[in-house]
Amino acid sequence: MSETTTPSPALPDIEVSADRVASVDTEPKNTFELRDVNVFYGQMLAVKDVSMAIPHNQITAFIGPSGCGKSTLLRSLNRMNDLIPGARVEGDVLYHGMDMYGPKVDPVQVRTVIGMVFQKPNPFPKSIYDNVAFGPRLQGRKGNLDDVVEEALRGAALWDEVKDRLKDNAYGMSGGQQQRLCIARAIAVQPDVILMDEPCSALDPVSTGRIEDLMAELKKTYTIVIVTHNMQQAARVADRTAFFTVLANDETGSRTGVLVEYDLTSKIFSKPDDERTENYVSGRFG
Amino acid sequence: MADEPDYSSRVALPPRTRVAVGGARDVTEALFTSGDRKKKIQGTIFLGLLLFGLSIALIAIAAMIIWAFVAGGPRLNVNLLTNVPSIVTPENAGYRTAILGTLYVIGGVILLIVPLGVGAAVYLEQFANPANKFNRFVDLNIQNLAGVPSIVFGILGLAFIVRGPLSLGFVAAAGSLTLALLVLPTVILASREAIRAVPSSIRDGSLALGATVWQAVWRQVLPAALPGILTGVILAVSRAIGEAAPLLLVGAVTFVTFNPSFFEGGYSTLPTMIYSYAKRPQEELQVLAAAGVVVMLLLLIMINSVAIYLRNRFERTW
Ligand SMILES: Nc1ncnc2c1ncn2[C@@H]1O[C@H](COP(=O)(O)OP(=O)(O)O)[C@@H](O)[C@H]1O
Ligand SMILES: [Mg+2]
Repeated sequence: MSETTTPSPALPDIEVSADRVASVDTEPKNTFELRDVNVFYGQMLAVKDVSMAIPHNQITAFIGPSGCGKSTLLRSLNRMNDLIPGARVEGDVLYHGMDMYGPKVDPVQVRTVIGMVFQKPNPFPKSIYDNVAFGPRLQGRKGNLDDVVEEALRGAALWDEVKDRLKDNAYGMSGGQQQRLCIARAIAVQPDVILMDEPCSALDPVSTGRIEDLMAELKKTYTIVIVTHNMQQAARVADRTAFFTVLANDETGSRTGVLVEYDLTSKIFSKPDDERTENYVSGRFG
Repeated sequence: MADEPDYSSRVALPPRTRVAVGGARDVTEALFTSGDRKKKIQGTIFLGLLLFGLSIALIAIAAMIIWAFVAGGPRLNVNLLTNVPSIVTPENAGYRTAILGTLYVIGGVILLIVPLGVGAAVYLEQFANPANKFNRFVDLNIQNLAGVPSIVFGILGLAFIVRGPLSLGFVAAAGSLTLALLVLPTVILASREAIRAVPSSIRDGSLALGATVWQAVWRQVLPAALPGILTGVILAVSRAIGEAAPLLLVGAVTFVTFNPSFFEGGYSTLPTMIYSYAKRPQEELQVLAAAGVVVMLLLLIMINSVAIYLRNRFERTW
């Protein structure tokens, strides 16, 4: 008997061969499940043997020292790594039980379902309105997008600040507003997941606070994965936290990121199992 | 993505191409910078130096323009534009066929360099793998070609376009092709610089919203780079309009008394025409040559105005 899966409403076209379907013990509430994931840049192994499950409608944080592969792993969750020549993912990345790197999966389709917000706000040099409407227009929506734009801007807690200047260039906004615009832009394509790569690292504390509040609101609708090197931020917003570190090989000079510990945020910050986690979260760098 | 080396420093580019490349980059970068103080001060000093250099150049140009108006003054009338050339009756001779010839040749140049130049630049910047040997070879050669003297392109045009494989004969199309080859490296380098000045975060942002690479380039990167690209095209076309030497080799012969056509019959252009008048001793022909300079200036201003108008439109509305 061949196994079948209910296709995710978000990725309707993806068929998965039976042998790549997640086994029955997969928790249904997981958005992602990673099994022995290795990410390479050319010959270089950047992230090694990561296995973890990322639950639905929660905030999962990746923390760890710079260069341990947090961004690399995050980009493998929406196949942004495909665009880097030489980058390669091995192992299974399952999205709602389906192999995201399967032969029939269209990476462009993946990116409409799994949105991304970058470290530095990167609005397009266009009007606020056109920034938000860009995604829906890509999907072929024509005509009046006022409702879509308003809904997305409300979703990103930006509407009241910009409703009177939708035609103004997005570059006239503050950094915090620009980042919320980027969140609005991602929401406008109605994704299932939002990946955030250090979204607050270029922002002041007030703007950071706003984005953190917004994330707590967004997780009701979306699954959120956030990379941060601000541990307080992870402690404040994340339900679960994954701590990564980098192993240096003195002979070859290679540096490889590994997942040290992944658990509820409260556990990671109060009584972690691994000494390295303990040293990192308590500020004693090890 | 990793920073690539600044390729424009590897090979010394001729000044004209350097200006085109720098201009293309600055116009694009201006879109994305909101200003930090140190950069502003540097910018002000640089601007001061530029203005100084510019004023010297402007004085020289002004002197030449004044000379052209004074020396050509007696012949500045409508006949100058509508009559055909002649050395027998120089007081009635005009530049009609040369103006048409220049428009044909330059029109052909624009039609060739815009798609080819921008296409090559987009390919090299957005699609080509810079580690690939073939792409590096192409890259290096474009830079080298930008430094080749124009007369060499004239010889090339004569051997391969007028005669040889293409055998077009001495026609306007041959002139277009030759000049297009001459300025193509400038357009490619300037377009690449303009595309490169668009931050990669703009491309990544589009891709993360579900754009294909092609959509990201077409809808975000190219529009943002377009004002810079047009700056490069303007400079390239201005150069092409003024070229005489390579055109003399590919048949911009002098006294054409019939309207030219693109693919058959002889043709002449303003600079070759002015050259052939200016080298003759008669007083009237000298006047005619000076008046021709004024005509060429007007033509140049017209064509550039259109291009600058287009550029400003895109800067505002894309
Ligand atoms: N585009 C790339 N090409 C090659 N190597 C890369 C690229 N991006 C990151 N790396 C390397 O992968 C490793 C992990 O980087 P990254 O994922 O950015 O770490 P983090 O986000 O944790 O700081 C680093 O050693 C980095 O140099
Ligand atoms: Mg990072």
